Amino acid sequence: MDLSFSKEELAFRDEVRAFFKEAVPAAMRQKMIEGRHPTKDEMVEWYRILNKKGWGVPHWPVQYGGTGWTSVQDYIFNEELQLAPAPQPLAFGVSMVGPVIYTFGNEAQKQRFLPRIANVDDWWCQGFSEPGAGSDLASLKTKAERRGDKYIVNGQKTWTTLAQYADWIFCLVRTDPTAKKQSGISFLLIDMKSKGISVRPIITIEGGHEVNEVFFDDVEVPVENLVGEENKGWDYAKFLLGNERTGIARVGMSKERIKRIKQMAGQVQADGRPVLDNPRFRDKLTAVEIELKALEMTQLRVVADEGKHGKGKPNPASSVLKIKGSEIQQATTELLMDVIGPYAAPYDIHGEDGSNEAMDWTAQVAPSYFNNRKVSIYGGSNEIQRNIICKAVLGL
Amino acid sequence: MDFDLSEEQRLLKDSVEGLLKSAYDFESRKKYGAEPDGFSRAIWGKFAEQGLLGLPFSEADGGFGAGSVETMIVMEALGRALVLEPYLPTVILAGGFLRRAGSAEQKAAYLPGLIDGSKLFAFAQLEKSSRYDLGDVTTTAKPQGDGWVIDGDKTVVLNGDSADVLIVTARTKGGQRDRDGIGVFLVPADANGVSRKAYPTQDGLRAADISFNGVVVAADAAIGDPAQGLPLIERVVDEARAALCAEAVGAMEESLKTTVEYLKTRTQFGVPIASFQVLQHRAADMFVALEQARSMAMFAIMASDFEDAKERANAIAAAKVQVGRSLKFIGEQSIQLHGGIGVTMEAKIGHYFKRLTMIDRTFGDADYHLARVGEAGGVI
Repeated sequence: MDLSFSKEELAFRDEVRAFFKEAVPAAMRQKMIEGRHPTKDEMVEWYRILNKKGWGVPHWPVQYGGTGWTSVQDYIFNEELQLAPAPQPLAFGVSMVGPVIYTFGNEAQKQRFLPRIANVDDWWCQGFSEPGAGSDLASLKTKAERRGDKYIVNGQKTWTTLAQYADWIFCLVRTDPTAKKQSGISFLLIDMKSKGISVRPIITIEGGHEVNEVFFDDVEVPVENLVGEENKGWDYAKFLLGNERTGIARVGMSKERIKRIKQMAGQVQADGRPVLDNPRFRDKLTAVEIELKALEMTQLRVVADEGKHGKGKPNPASSVLKIKGSEIQQATTELLMDVIGPYAAPYDIHGEDGSNEAMDWTAQVAPSYFNNRKVSIYGGSNEIQRNIICKAVLGL
Repeated sequence: MDFDLSEEQRLLKDSVEGLLKSAYDFESRKKYGAEPDGFSRAIWGKFAEQGLLGLPFSEADGGFGAGSVETMIVMEALGRALVLEPYLPTVILAGGFLRRAGSAEQKAAYLPGLIDGSKLFAFAQLEKSSRYDLGDVTTTAKPQGDGWVIDGDKTVVLNGDSADVLIVTARTKGGQRDRDGIGVFLVPADANGVSRKAYPTQDGLRAADISFNGVVVAADAAIGDPAQGLPLIERVVDEARAALCAEAVGAMEESLKTTVEYLKTRTQFGVPIASFQVLQHRAADMFVALEQARSMAMFAIMASDFEDAKERANAIAAAKVQVGRSLKFIGEQSIQLHGGIGVTMEAKIGHYFKRLTMIDRTFGDADYHLARVGEAGGVI
């Protein structure tokens, strides 16, 4: 047992850190620190910087442009990226549809899509959830009927993150309405410019536009856009969701937030002293820090295990990551609310045109707190995660 | 970065778990607890035979030169079996003082008996007013001739009644809470002026209140510098805290396992109560609490080798907070999910709860360490 990074790993960390220090555009970094959303152009610019460095799709197999890093290196890269702070590679392409395509797709699909994912020439979004299919995803109803060399798609997807930017959407669609739930589902790649697709924004409680409804009205999709076999889509979806295990804890992001909380709590005064010196606040902050330290160790246990024994056999501790990671993210946004107290009130419509640049930094604190309620809901709600622990770990 | 055990460590784990599996089920534990010492001398002898008592000592001192990971393995196993024998006071605490600061003569005089199991030890540190402050010491050691005279009262000395040798903290100068002027002394338990009042503790162990009235010891009774003993005490107690974290992980793991088995076997409304989601999710939360505690216990074990005293103390304090919070949740919920049977002396689950509760209160509870970590500026 050796819980420290090796000399090589430390050198790698320094290299990654130095690169991010140099390469992350300053304006975007500042937005990330303040909890604002970078624009699409800012994100694409950043992803191309990463891709040019050869780090656009670090955990992919080398033949598709990956780096061949170890699990620990992957971990260090993500951690440093979150600490920088800078946006992580666009999950919908890099972590979700990319691995599905290189694992289950045909040669033509690999050649057509993979390089464009790495360079974010295509912006991907995820068409899984539907109004009637949330936690119970397999009850989805969007249907695709085969007609000649096309599928005709009808239905609705929802909670589609950043669909307003997307060039492509990967969808779970029902291709066999007579089969039982999981077995009649296929995995389709759909061009967002197709006739019959419309996107309607969903404004979340803080006033932001991250998610959308996507409607499909007799949308024609070439059969060549089917990934793998018809009616096997559920298997690919399970594979996709299983890939997200370790990134979801967002340890680096929460560490960066803790730094910011300490900095702010050291400046903001309450009752004639910095908030940081209020014992009740400090106890709350310390408790969150300790939970985060524990989560970091839990994450390292999972990472080290994957590095040694491969990713095939999930470590039981991995199911802890989503639950604790999301709770801690939410707790950090709460702590910032505690720091600013009544000054959380002014409302700032955080548009993308930069017109709010003059707003005080406090303007993002409440929106961030409100918005972060999502993290214990998406990616399998924390209640679903508990079901998974009961079934997969405790045998209940 | 590697959390796996080495081949030798795995062998150690198998052997200590094997021994406890065959000799330390809940019924046997009751028998051992009813023996005159409150534990089994025969089991202690087996620990010695298996080399567990000599584990952390150097080979030159007759030990095995094992490190903190080996201690973690043993303590986790002892926690899982709810072992009564005085491993913490003897091997971790007294052994820690001798190992870290004992002179060659002191090691030669005390370690062979410790390692072969013939001599038991206790750490007489806690006083009525000291609570968790290791630097709060009223017991005095005054120079007399070449040696010292010790006066004062210690309380809740774990294994204080069976110990042959006491390791006593005493003030050689300064005021009650000064960091300077604290010494650590080896005192034979049968020395003139030592009186002991023994009692069982809530968790089935044994302890004693011990009074020292004009107890005369020689100059060579002092371990390390008698005027600057606090850093040594802090180091050894930090190792004990890390060891307690590991013991707690073992006990929490067994509590959860026992509770999950109970959920699967107990039926109400015609079905196993494991089918109720409200109970399933409680068990899932207990698992999360266990894994977080396990992670921090590993962190503490790693930190106990840190040379930087502040970094070490802070990391171990953070671990004690996490373990303290997890053990309270797991301990209490284990009882709750057992229902009425959980509050009976007959069911083993309550005994885990009691041991866990006392671990939290040994060398600083979660709140105490939370404040320390906060004062140190956090762990992130």
